Amino acid sequence: MFELLDYPFMQRALLAALLIGVAAPAVGIYLVQRRQALMGDGIGHVALTGVALGFLFESSPVWTAVAVSALGAVGMELLRASGRARGDIALAMLFYGGMAGGVMIINLAPGGSTANLTSYLWGSVTTVSPDDITAITLLSAFVVLVALGLRRQLFAVCQDEEFARVTGLPVRALNLLLAVTAAATVTVAMRVVGLLLVSALMVIPVVAAQQVTRGFATTLAAALTIGVLVSVSGTATSYYQDVPPGATIVLLAIGVFVLAALLAVPLARLRTRRARAATPGTPPGSPPGSPPDAGSDPDPALTARP
Amino acid sequence: MEPVISLTGVSAELGGQRVLHGVDLAVHPGEVVALLGANGSGKSTAVRAAVGQVPVSAGTLTLFGTPVRRFRDWARVGYVPQRSTAASGVPATVREVVAAGRLARRGLRPLRRADRAAVDLALDLVGLADRANDAVDALSGGQHQRVLIARALTAEPEVLIMDEPLAGVDLASQRVLAGTLRTLVADGVAVLLVLHETGPLQPLIDRAVVLAHGRVERTVEHPAGLPESPSCHPADAAEPSAESPLRTGIL
Repeated sequence: MFELLDYPFMQRALLAALLIGVAAPAVGIYLVQRRQALMGDGIGHVALTGVALGFLFESSPVWTAVAVSALGAVGMELLRASGRARGDIALAMLFYGGMAGGVMIINLAPGGSTANLTSYLWGSVTTVSPDDITAITLLSAFVVLVALGLRRQLFAVCQDEEFARVTGLPVRALNLLLAVTAAATVTVAMRVVGLLLVSALMVIPVVAAQQVTRGFATTLAAALTIGVLVSVSGTATSYYQDVPPGATIVLLAIGVFVLAALLAVPLARLRTRRARAATPGTPPGSPPGSPPDAGSDPDPALTARP
Repeated sequence: MEPVISLTGVSAELGGQRVLHGVDLAVHPGEVVALLGANGSGKSTAVRAAVGQVPVSAGTLTLFGTPVRRFRDWARVGYVPQRSTAASGVPATVREVVAAGRLARRGLRPLRRADRAAVDLALDLVGLADRANDAVDALSGGQHQRVLIARALTAEPEVLIMDEPLAGVDLASQRVLAGTLRTLVADGVAVLLVLHETGPLQPLIDRAVVLAHGRVERTVEHPAGLPESPSCHPADAAEPSAESPLRTGIL
């Protein structure tokens, strides 16, 4: 039926795309919730150093990338938690340090040059080897297990860290686990969309979903659906149209975001109308286009303040 | 009877500055104790120290007789942080936020049916059962405050520690809150709360402790005659964002 499924390299590509379509938004949602949407980018740049180390030691770049980006992510989390460095400055150091380290090390590797990094920077899903697939499957299984299995706990920590500590949750351990999980996601995604676009797949499906959702669980489910949809269809499109898969996936995701954002306004109006119908006696008020809270709020809250 | 919360000569520092100077305070089972005082008097620091979020530099602070540093039985403590007006990056429903409080009993295990029942009960108690599936961002200040209280109550705590539960809360919600507290106190729950103004909570308060510059200025038993709004600028109660930078709560 589908001609592209006849080729083993495309089977591997689509499987990799499917796995990353699930894993990236599953972790990304916590980073977005904590307003650390760019953390994936920071880790991606550090992973470049890891890839170059793989070339230097002539071992698998995926596993050295996992190790180095996990170290980077943990370092970032420790800096954030200590409050000693501003989040954006810590991130900037990682961006530049990771990039420069990668370029330096790859040129020290025997026969290595900056050209070796290209397929990791921009992704090259059609060259995924059977060994890569094993690594990608193992890493995504770990990521999905953590991100979905501990969703209540990670939600609580990212929503209100101090409260989470007072409930006795191991907040520091959960934060470090989230950092390592994000690092694993980045290395999984680097073969599919490339290190420079990794963060897009972690963030865009989530922000697209939340245009039309009201809860965390529904946002998570919608983000995973969008993630799988764009990564699989983007990979298929790249096969038929001979366009780069990473860029196709990201542009598709942005397309979904724009659609969702366009849907959000009429949806909010509909909800406001429904909420008003459900609570009789609510004074008509909010002008069209205002956020749903203004109209659906039955309490005379803001007017009654001292 | 052993106090639920006990501070003996407690001092604490924030950013190298001493904020509390030898504070003594005790809350016994079933008691409602209010901490009053002007901005910067150390009230919030005192309650954050009581929940282990500000280290104690001198003196002893115990929860149920255990020093706070070694205290692990957090399900017995319900904490209601100061409400933050900043929205979270991802929407969440009222039920989802309230359910987070139940993790004090479940830890790293998933929630079960009994936990969902506890969440329903807490939502009912604060009068938000019909808003359970609404986004928290769509709530008024008073309703949001009730969400944070419900979140603390899902763990079925023996003491409720609240930081400025009336700040930015409309009168209707203040009355709901007073009713909720009355029910809890009747069930034997102890309450320690930071207040700018006693408002409709006044009849419930057994003891008011007034802090000034990190010291206990005076203690008033059954403070019927206390001024409604002790030594604070009226704008503080109306505009929570104008308060100290120590706000926590929903990010």
